[in-house]
Amino acid sequence: MDATATPETILKLSNIESYYGPIMAIRGISLEVPRGRIVTLLGANGAGKTTVLKTISGILDPQKGTIEFLGRPIQRMEADRIVRLGLSHVPEGREVFPFLSVRENLMMGAYPRKDRDGVAEDIERVYGYFPRLKERINQPAGQLSGGEQQMLAIGRALMNRPTLLLLDEPSLGLSPLLVKEIFTIIRRVNEEQGMSILLVEQNAKVALETAHYGYVLEIGRIVMNDTCDRLMHSQDIQEFYLGAKEAGARGERRWKKKKTWR
Amino acid sequence: MLDFVQQLVSGVALGCVYGLIALGFVLVYKATEVVNFAQGDLMMLGGFFAFTFIGMMGLNYWLGFAGAVAAMALFGMVAERVVVRPILGYPQFSIIMVTIGLGYFLRSVAGMIWGTDDLKIDTPFSQGVLRMGSLVLAYDKLSVIAATMILCTLLWLFFNKTMLGTAMRASSENMLAAYYMGIPVKRVVSVVWAISAAVATCAGVLLAPITFIHSNVGLVLGLKAFPAAVLGGFGSIPGAVVGGVLIGVIESMAGFYLPEGGRTSRPTSCCSPCCS
Ligand SMILES: Nc1ncnc2c1ncn2[C@@H]1O[C@H](COP(=O)(O)OP(=O)(O)OP(=O)(O)O)[C@@H](O)[C@H]1O
Ligand SMILES: [Mg+2]
Repeated sequence: MDATATPETILKLSNIESYYGPIMAIRGISLEVPRGRIVTLLGANGAGKTTVLKTISGILDPQKGTIEFLGRPIQRMEADRIVRLGLSHVPEGREVFPFLSVRENLMMGAYPRKDRDGVAEDIERVYGYFPRLKERINQPAGQLSGGEQQMLAIGRALMNRPTLLLLDEPSLGLSPLLVKEIFTIIRRVNEEQGMSILLVEQNAKVALETAHYGYVLEIGRIVMNDTCDRLMHSQDIQEFYLGAKEAGARGERRWKKKKTWR
Repeated sequence: MLDFVQQLVSGVALGCVYGLIALGFVLVYKATEVVNFAQGDLMMLGGFFAFTFIGMMGLNYWLGFAGAVAAMALFGMVAERVVVRPILGYPQFSIIMVTIGLGYFLRSVAGMIWGTDDLKIDTPFSQGVLRMGSLVLAYDKLSVIAATMILCTLLWLFFNKTMLGTAMRASSENMLAAYYMGIPVKRVVSVVWAISAAVATCAGVLLAPITFIHSNVGLVLGLKAFPAAVLGGFGSIPGAVVGGVLIGVIESMAGFYLPEGGRTSRPTSCCSPCCS
């Protein structure tokens, strides 16, 4: 979480605007992801977090603005070419291939790659991160539990050996224990492989603990951005995203005070 | 008993052809949720291509067969690109009308080019029989069954053992996720159309010794293959082949054991007076 030497920026969004038909979902967003860092994007339901990720990975084309990935403009590129540049997306709600086996799902993550040896190595690495997947190697992905499917979705994206990983709400619908497990892996992937990660989360506490830098999104606009340390101690964040109960000693006191006022 | 076995074999042979056409329906439907009503006409066109290569240009049977399959694979890709893709995303009804229109178009064009006579391709299996005791089985029927089995095995291997085949299954299960994986979904759909046209061509060429090729053969057989696909669950590749075989066997048995007129199975009797 040190910010001494600023590393090179690998993803840079400038004034991005995205629409769903006539509805403007993203209203001019700029953000940056430095190499080797975890950046989190927080926001309430419907703030536009998923839309930002979809716009980056080329599922949605922005109406205005530019997206640079590794110095290259990618805002009008086809989704499959963006993946080939080394940008993988773990979509909201897992989106595994239900009738394909766990192994086949992982192999699909490596579809753009041609180096068989590297793929074989990476599949073992993924099994190392998620031993539970290895036990279910031949099982159809649709038969996995929600948590296992999330592991599979992350593992599948890692199979592309991406430079940048986009993660959309990996904690969705998981037990606190499993959330902890998954975020431990996310941190490990970041530290061991130096993979840059853009993390979208509802669970602000775990996101702020995991990431280095954070942006807060409200109705399609960035309203705040800072290091996670500072965000964690900002009053607004504590009130709106952390909820007093989870915010530690200081937050709890504030909450009690507030309660007595009413 | 002998009659029964002979009827069974010819029913299975005919059913294999239905199954192959049904397989084309299923492949395209699974990949794009488009029911391609021109599937039978792709078969017809493949038969004419083979006739052109073998009967008119005098190529070797196998060479002509391969040429027809390759030409039709290309044709399937072009048809998808030019006719179907521009209308994807419109209501299902429009897409169905477009494929029906494509079928009409192909039948008319085939009639203009190759005429309306019944044509025949000479194959290595056109003559000859296999005798086992007093059981006599024609090679042409047996060849259809054998070829279908080989084709199904190849397709199974392709869909289960290759990256491209697995990517096709993946795209048909969850197209959005396939985009996320960097699978070039549009190209995959082109290949699906190529395969389904190629399989239809195989059906057409295999069928040639059993019936004749004429411009309406695809309509007639397509309308029998469609229920085969439905019978198989309209999404299952083995189901399509089993469904086809079932319909073929029933048709053949009904023709033999039921009084005259029972052969033409239901689905065609309502819409094609020209059949059988
Ligand atoms: N496919 C769509 N068509 C039309 N509008 C959409 C579509 N998807 C999202 N929206 C709208 O765009 C806005 C942003 O949605 P988005 O999914 O990006 O929110 P989010 O921040 O990811 O929310 P959540 O935390 O609930 O996942 C919302 O107002 C939503 O209603
Ligand atoms: Mg979302």
